[in-house]
Amino acid sequence: MASPAVPFDEPRPRRIGERILFVLLLLAIVAYPLVFPLPYYRDLGIKILLYALLAQAWNILAGYCGQISLGHAVFFGVGAYTSSVLQLSAGWSPWVGLAAGMLVAAVFSVLIGYPCFRLRGHYFAIATIAVGEIVHTLAINWEFIGGARGLTLPIQPDSLAAFQFYKSKYIYYYIILALAALCFLITWHLERSRLGYYLRGIREDPVAAQSVGIPITRYKLIAMALSAAFVAAGGSFYAQYLLYIDPDSVFPLALSILICLLVVVGGVGTLWGPLVGAALMIPLSEFTRIQFGGTGSAVDLLIYGGLLTIVAVFQPAGLVGLFRRLRRE
Amino acid sequence: MLQIPSAEVLIQGIMNGVLMGCLYALIAAGLSLIFGLMEIVNFAHGEFLMLGMYTAFWMYTLFGLDPLLSVPICAAALFLLGWLTHKGIIRRILGGPMLAQIFATFGLGIFLRAAAQFLWTPDFRQIAHPLVQGPVKLFGISIGLAQLVASGASLAAFAVLYWFITRTEAGAALEATAQDRQAAALMGINTERMFTLGWGISSACVGIAGAFLASFFYVFPYVGSLFALIAYVTVALGGFGSILGSLVAGIMIGVIEVMAGLLIAPAFKYVAVFLIYLIVVLIRPQGLFGKF
Amino acid sequence: MALLSVSGVTKRFGGLIANNRVSFEVAEGEILGLIGPNGAGKSTLFEVINGYYPPDGGEIRFQGQSLVGLRPDQVNRVGIGRTFQKVRPFLGMTVIENVMVAAMQHTPDPVTARREAIKFLEFVELAGKRDTNARSLSVGERKRLEMARAMATRPKLLLLDEVTGGVDQRTIPTLLALIGRVRSEQGLTLVVIEHNMRVIMSISDRIVALHLGEVIADGPPAAVVKERRVIDAYLGDAFVVPTGSGG
Repeated sequence: MASPAVPFDEPRPRRIGERILFVLLLLAIVAYPLVFPLPYYRDLGIKILLYALLAQAWNILAGYCGQISLGHAVFFGVGAYTSSVLQLSAGWSPWVGLAAGMLVAAVFSVLIGYPCFRLRGHYFAIATIAVGEIVHTLAINWEFIGGARGLTLPIQPDSLAAFQFYKSKYIYYYIILALAALCFLITWHLERSRLGYYLRGIREDPVAAQSVGIPITRYKLIAMALSAAFVAAGGSFYAQYLLYIDPDSVFPLALSILICLLVVVGGVGTLWGPLVGAALMIPLSEFTRIQFGGTGSAVDLLIYGGLLTIVAVFQPAGLVGLFRRLRRE
Repeated sequence: MLQIPSAEVLIQGIMNGVLMGCLYALIAAGLSLIFGLMEIVNFAHGEFLMLGMYTAFWMYTLFGLDPLLSVPICAAALFLLGWLTHKGIIRRILGGPMLAQIFATFGLGIFLRAAAQFLWTPDFRQIAHPLVQGPVKLFGISIGLAQLVASGASLAAFAVLYWFITRTEAGAALEATAQDRQAAALMGINTERMFTLGWGISSACVGIAGAFLASFFYVFPYVGSLFALIAYVTVALGGFGSILGSLVAGIMIGVIEVMAGLLIAPAFKYVAVFLIYLIVVLIRPQGLFGKF
Repeated sequence: MALLSVSGVTKRFGGLIANNRVSFEVAEGEILGLIGPNGAGKSTLFEVINGYYPPDGGEIRFQGQSLVGLRPDQVNRVGIGRTFQKVRPFLGMTVIENVMVAAMQHTPDPVTARREAIKFLEFVELAGKRDTNARSLSVGERKRLEMARAMATRPKLLLLDEVTGGVDQRTIPTLLALIGRVRSEQGLTLVVIEHNMRVIMSISDRIVALHLGEVIADGPPAAVVKERRVIDAYLGDAFVVPTGSGG
């Protein structure tokens, strides 16, 4: 199946005005916690960047490679639990735990992907839901990792090594900014490399891709492993940030859905789509939570579901696609 | 972890599994029908079921109509919903990118679930005094009368569906479209109308199943998700596009689900079902009776 | 040694025998035409050669190496390129990106691959449309794009599947000339499936005719079209050898 028609080779922002705007935006993102130091705004910023990271990671597999996973939260949980368990039971540094989490998630994703990539699109999607639910249930019932009670990480004196910054929480912001920026950088490079072209070939037409010599399973697995690793990094960060995790907060279907939504609305298969989606939808969900209180979660999902369908049917290229189309006219 | 229950409990479990399996079969039949027609998975199928259940519930609460009597109403209401879904959404994404095909119905499902929660709260509802209730003895084993009636009626609905597909002209046209869309079109069969009919029938089936379920199952916004996942597994096991396959698979899944709950632990009922899905699609992608 | 040798290839689908002990050879530098009525097994044979289906019997050797058991992408990397009967361009990409993907097999760097791709696009006379989306191309243009894409993987053997199917009749002579140049300028060997007898007669050095899964004729075009079996199965008695075609 072909993808939404957004040719990648977009002309660089030619007009000097656009370039300046772009640089200003980047500066704004970097300066944000210093300009808005209140905890509420800082936490919102962290949330947006974390979701942007997760969204971009999903984008690599689903947007560029065309493999739609509806259970991606499973890697978030794997990352969160791996780093936390290593810390609690073996005293490992959270940073090493983060790297370990990425590795474990990558390996796990390849183990799932290898048999499941044989499935056609819809069935692959259902299989990812099934895997997500299985892991979620297992986690609730596995005492070693805390079961339904979850895991609490010990509070330690502030330090970079211990990944704890109680007194200067804005450092969390810069860490997640660095992680997200790394993911975006890798995606940017991917777009311009053979890997990116191959992934897009697989997305467009796997049979044709094979006919020009692309080993499709191998490349799908590469995309899968990259994607899983970055989602896991986000999970480890989350664990360190909150110092508490439980199966319902790191493995839920709702998280998988939200990740998909951000990218679909923002613009699947584009570099900035995930950031646009996160920057728009996360504050929106905060807004609905404040406005509607208890029923807030239902209103959230009402909007998410409606948007997903509308975007999928009328504007599969998302907001970035819309912006590019307007720009060309 | 493995606890072996008594023979009576086991037999009761198997019977309950078979009864529930008949319902699963009816729910899955609709899904299978649509996939056979246009190779699209309706990710909102569970929510259609949920709406069928709520329809029966409100008919009872507002008008005192027993769920068994609401069956035609639920069938009609869901038929309309399926018809609208095709006209409004599915028609536009046929042949489109995979992403659009998946998220169009996936989003719809989320929307319907949230709408139900928003309108009717997440509270668990129950039909307090259905016409059929209480236990009944079948071969000396005690089972719920409501379940028995529901599964019997599901089998009946299933038989009607089967009769429709195999013995009527409209059904034959549907089958022809499923087998070879282009050839069917060349023979003068209106493909668009077949698709709409398929969606209508599929949704009506699920509406009927919902009416039956409502007589003994809790009604709440998320109830559909569970049954949907079971339905996907049932379709995969039975074979995509095979109505008969849905029946056989539905009953098998029903029994497996109960057995897993009894022999391992209730929490692992669905783990067993999902594992079946993964095993089936990996070993025998076309299922027991499937075409692909 | 023949470039491609197909020996005793059999392929069954359930009870249906699509290819029944098919054998023939393709010499280097040759253009081999593959003809036969619908259902004769031509496309199945292509899919078996390309690795989409494993044969139920027989052997396929390319430059002496067995192709049986190789995946389609491996078959391509060994040196066999192909086009599809129902064209399959990468619709979401531009014309040049389509060819770049293929060129990257040998030149991973996108900048070099782009330069290579332009050369192949110039060969099929599509270079002017390099930055347009593949979706906006006509059927004939898409077929030429597919040829450029297949050639960009630098194969030694090119399998063309119904390259004139569905194409504007007036563009066929240009297409024929292009196929000829593929052999003469690019040095490729070709196996061509065709329904258009005028096309196949004018470009083929040799013709293999299939019917009901079996080879019923194998030889120069002038001889094959006179064979009784070929006339009965496919051409019909009213068939007149197109004037101006070689033998």
